[in-house]
Amino acid sequence: MTAIAVQNVDRRVRVNRRAPLTRVIHVELRKMFNTRSGFWLIASIAISAGLATGGVILWAPDGQLTYSTFATAIRFPVVVILPLIAILAVTSEWSQRAGLTTFTLIPDRSRIITAKAISSVVIAIAAMGLTFAVGALGNLLSAALTGTTLVWDVTLTQCLYYVLGMVLSLLIGFMLGVLIRASTGAIVAYFVLTFVLPTIFGLLADSQQWFQDLRPWVDIQYAQSGLFVFDRALTGEQWTQIVVTGVTWLLAPLAIGLAFVTRAEVK
Amino acid sequence: MITVEGVTRRYGDFTAVDDVSFTARTGRVTGFLGPNGAGKSTTMRIMVGLTRATSGTVTISGRRYVDLPNPGLDVGVLLDASAQHAGRTGREILIVAQQYLGLPRRRVDEMLEVVSLTPTEASRRVGNYSLGMRQRLGIATALIGDPEVLILDEPANGLDPAGIRWMRDLLRGYAERGGTVLLSSHLLHEIEVVADDIVMIGNGRIVSQGTKAELLHAAGTVVRAADLNVLQRVLGELGIVTSLSEDGDLRSDADPALIGKAALEAGVALTELRPAHARLEDMFLELTATSQREGAAA
Repeated sequence: MTAIAVQNVDRRVRVNRRAPLTRVIHVELRKMFNTRSGFWLIASIAISAGLATGGVILWAPDGQLTYSTFATAIRFPVVVILPLIAILAVTSEWSQRAGLTTFTLIPDRSRIITAKAISSVVIAIAAMGLTFAVGALGNLLSAALTGTTLVWDVTLTQCLYYVLGMVLSLLIGFMLGVLIRASTGAIVAYFVLTFVLPTIFGLLADSQQWFQDLRPWVDIQYAQSGLFVFDRALTGEQWTQIVVTGVTWLLAPLAIGLAFVTRAEVK
Repeated sequence: MITVEGVTRRYGDFTAVDDVSFTARTGRVTGFLGPNGAGKSTTMRIMVGLTRATSGTVTISGRRYVDLPNPGLDVGVLLDASAQHAGRTGREILIVAQQYLGLPRRRVDEMLEVVSLTPTEASRRVGNYSLGMRQRLGIATALIGDPEVLILDEPANGLDPAGIRWMRDLLRGYAERGGTVLLSSHLLHEIEVVADDIVMIGNGRIVSQGTKAELLHAAGTVVRAADLNVLQRVLGELGIVTSLSEDGDLRSDADPALIGKAALEAGVALTELRPAHARLEDMFLELTATSQREGAAA
């Protein structure tokens, strides 16, 4: 084996300055796709959107073959998968110990976390665009196949609500990734927060009158549920509830997690 | 140049690194030697800002690592070759580093060639790599920004003999072109063959440091005679300085041949004449022995 002389980068042309955030975002986006698990997670959004659309065409009653039915059917798999993408984008730096290289190349950890947050949101918006497109195709296809009238019962504003709701779900996952920094723990916590906690809150609200009024201000899922219905606009109070629950369940724990991330030892 | 000044790191009551100071000089390979758990890796993590020092500072060419605008262009770091996402290919790992640093894409292929990873190997996922291949990939990541300083933790781990030879030549070449190389190892021999300077650490403290020549070869001579006082006086008259050791023999920095000749001329019968063990090796064996539960070695 021969030692090959290391070829030098031409020092005259290189400028040694901080990596711009756009570059870091670009790299973080690439890192979400270039692992086997990351690739299949993102691919599974497209796959499950297709399956859900197929399911609606096959089994939904003819009267319900409207665009909102398609969009709602696609929501469930996507709301599960998107936060996983955000969780793994953060936790893999610790679970897979890739952070040893990442935080050595970019020592300012808050920039990495910011770039990951932005690239996760970019993926979420792209995924929503895809699901709306698949839903639209499904709607067209079902109208053609079943001969029912084509119904577009979703406005652009409602689509934007929907995207906002998805982005908030994804950010909950992201927050848990930052706070817990271990893949399994963060995923379990996400499912508890999204599926177990609302059930408990629901039971509590059913049995305790005082909690029934308080619930929209405490239960983030309940507060956000208005974003996912296609039949009416949100009231000012509902927006306030989204903000309040967002601060308590999203921003506050995220701030705690960020403080830990920037101080914690990377091993 | 890397300057470590009074670095201490405590975990509760445990002091992992205790007031460590040394300098890794430009154009030289500095070996950071110590048994497992001596504090080498913690010190190196502190150097690159992954761990915060309880007190003390590390500067690289006068600046703290975290203050370097694009540190990968100034300092190449390999702390743990296994710390990579197992589901990513070797090539993708290099592309990620290349993109973070804003380097041209051709650096990726150049680095793969430098560390002798074939295109087929580079397109495999790192989870399927042997430790030796991971080390090569780690070296490639460290070198990709063409840094002037290299910080490598146990880089020879898992390499086959040819790989170790390759690594040695690569690091020597790097230092000869004016780079600064700091590499750690728990194997004395590994450091001995490549380093110019040696810093030895045990239980978090520096126990010895200096050039390799000073530490390994300036061991001197051990000599005994029936009457040590006579021997010491005779040698003193010839200008050979000696000192009486605790073991009841005389120690001198002079060469054994010279002492033997002097004793012969003075007519003093010697009972023992041998080169002294290298101080570093003794210390290293002692350190290794105390860190082994069996207390077997040395």
